[in-house]
Amino acid sequence: MISHLIPRVLSKLLIPLIMLFALYVQFHGDYGPGGGFQAGVIFGAGIILYSLLFGLDQAKEVFPPRVLEIFVAGGVLLYGGVGIAAIFAGGNFLDYDVLAHDPHHGQHLGILLVELGVGITVAAVMATIFFQFAGRGRTDD
Amino acid sequence: MIDALWNLIGDDLPALQIAMPLLTATVCVIVRRPMLAWAVAMFNAWGAVVNASILLYRVWTRGTISYVEGGWPVPWGIELRIDLLNALVLLVVTSICAVVLVAVPRSIANEIPREKHYLFYATYLLCMTGLAGMTITGDAFNIFVFLEISSLSSYALISQGRTSRALTSAIQYLIMGTLGGTFILLGIGMLYMMTGTLNLVDMADQLALLGVNRTVLVAMACLGVGIGIKLAVFPLHTWLPNAYTYAPAVVTAFLAATATKVAYYVLVRFAFSVFRINLTLDGTHGGALLMTLGIAGMFAGSLVAIFQDNIKRMLAYSSVAQIGYMVVGLSLANEHGLTGGLVHVFNHAVTKCGLFLVLACVVLRMNSTRLSAFAGLGRRMPFTFAAFVLGGLSLIGVPLTVGFVSKWYLVLGALDAGLWPVAVLILLSSVLALIYIWRVVEVGYFTAPPEDADEVAEAPLSMLVSTWILIGGTLVFGVWTSLSAGVASAAARMLIGGVS
Repeated sequence: MISHLIPRVLSKLLIPLIMLFALYVQFHGDYGPGGGFQAGVIFGAGIILYSLLFGLDQAKEVFPPRVLEIFVAGGVLLYGGVGIAAIFAGGNFLDYDVLAHDPHHGQHLGILLVELGVGITVAAVMATIFFQFAGRGRTDD
Repeated sequence: MIDALWNLIGDDLPALQIAMPLLTATVCVIVRRPMLAWAVAMFNAWGAVVNASILLYRVWTRGTISYVEGGWPVPWGIELRIDLLNALVLLVVTSICAVVLVAVPRSIANEIPREKHYLFYATYLLCMTGLAGMTITGDAFNIFVFLEISSLSSYALISQGRTSRALTSAIQYLIMGTLGGTFILLGIGMLYMMTGTLNLVDMADQLALLGVNRTVLVAMACLGVGIGIKLAVFPLHTWLPNAYTYAPAVVTAFLAATATKVAYYVLVRFAFSVFRINLTLDGTHGGALLMTLGIAGMFAGSLVAIFQDNIKRMLAYSSVAQIGYMVVGLSLANEHGLTGGLVHVFNHAVTKCGLFLVLACVVLRMNSTRLSAFAGLGRRMPFTFAAFVLGGLSLIGVPLTVGFVSKWYLVLGALDAGLWPVAVLILLSSVLALIYIWRVVEVGYFTAPPEDADEVAEAPLSMLVSTWILIGGTLVFGVWTSLSAGVASAAARMLIGGVS
């Protein structure tokens, strides 16, 4: 196997930045352009870049498919859980107003958590799809 | 304690109807153990039946329910709107979902690898989410979103069949289904362009002010074609026989009784609530077109069914014919005809789901659904085969079964409209059903099994229970019609009355 020394070293510099940028897009989404979907895609791209340069097996050790699967489900669960929490707080489904003592804080908290759920699911789905396709045709699969 | 909980969630049942299957689907993925995932799915599915029953009761006693998601007021926010029409469809969908789920573990045990079972349950619940969402949402774009959720999950479910033909059938359905979804989206987009709203009630009001113009007509055509593909109305049914034949047995039972029924509901909703009947049917010859296609479907489906060797495929073609009946009921556009179409949604769901569950039992024990596998089945698997006979009688439309109730209303509707040839054609096509059912019954009771055949046991109890709940349903609702025909005719009065 070719060692790909330069891309590997460079990507080691880049991947943390990509993931940090994903978190910025995620949590700045309330105030500026961005949000859960974009952040999830960027984070997923970081994972994919890692697996391209360090091989599928090592990537699967860092991001075990079973854990990714739980994140896929967990993000949706977080999103829906916010909706159910709003019902138990006395509002309609996904009515963020009732989530905090003040409607504005409630809206802020609600959209933050919902977008976090979207981000988690999208990142995990991106990585899972890549692992599935990259792993096709292998004997160990 | 329970009172306090009920105070909190009592008004949120419409939202829970959609949210709970979605959330339990994710729980299935997290718990992973097949039987645990099944238990979670069962809990949710039967809860959904209770939920849908309460909603139907409320609509019946107190009138239409409107629920705004996230507290955003109508027409800007997404509204869940439940009236008699979709409350009945919702009850059908959730009940079928729950009853089939009882039979699922034994049936998929030898069709799907064990490590994929939890994903099967998750996908099954996602499909249920989409179908329930399409049924109760009052928002046009929301219909499209839920349509995609249910379609994508049904492609995945179909592709789990044992043979590789399941994959090609799933792809075929995916291509046709995506085409259909695109047409629906185009239609909704044009309506949005003309009315500036996505709320169905608001859209109907705006369209009534706007009158007919070319964009609205094209939107109507796009929606008609798109929903027609999902509904598998003849001649857009080509995906259906393969998808039903090669899907896992329980998936066929589930989809045959729910997916096309919800598509029919969407067609009725657009034809009668959004566009209003005079526009859809009178102004554009839409009624004549639908009636022609419906009658053609009745005969084409039944005729092809007669010559099928694979019984699962035979019943799939029979579904095309039954969809024809529903479409004819819609196109008659009078109270009895529409009642017939709507009550046939209920009745055909119960009948066909029961029959496909019989085939699930047969394929479990005989490993085949070809006609030869039915030889002597009347003695070898008596309970299973008796269920087939009763379901078949209902398909033909023998009195005391649900099939008779639907055809009675359809014939009345045709006579009300002064179209006695249509009434004759409906009865004639029932004779065709008699032929294809009789072929199987004859082989089952009067042909001896091959000499070297192994002993076969009766189907497992869980599968017999869910089969007989449905087959029993065909008899119960054939005699006691207040739930099915009562609600359907009230819904038909509401839809027709909204116009005049």
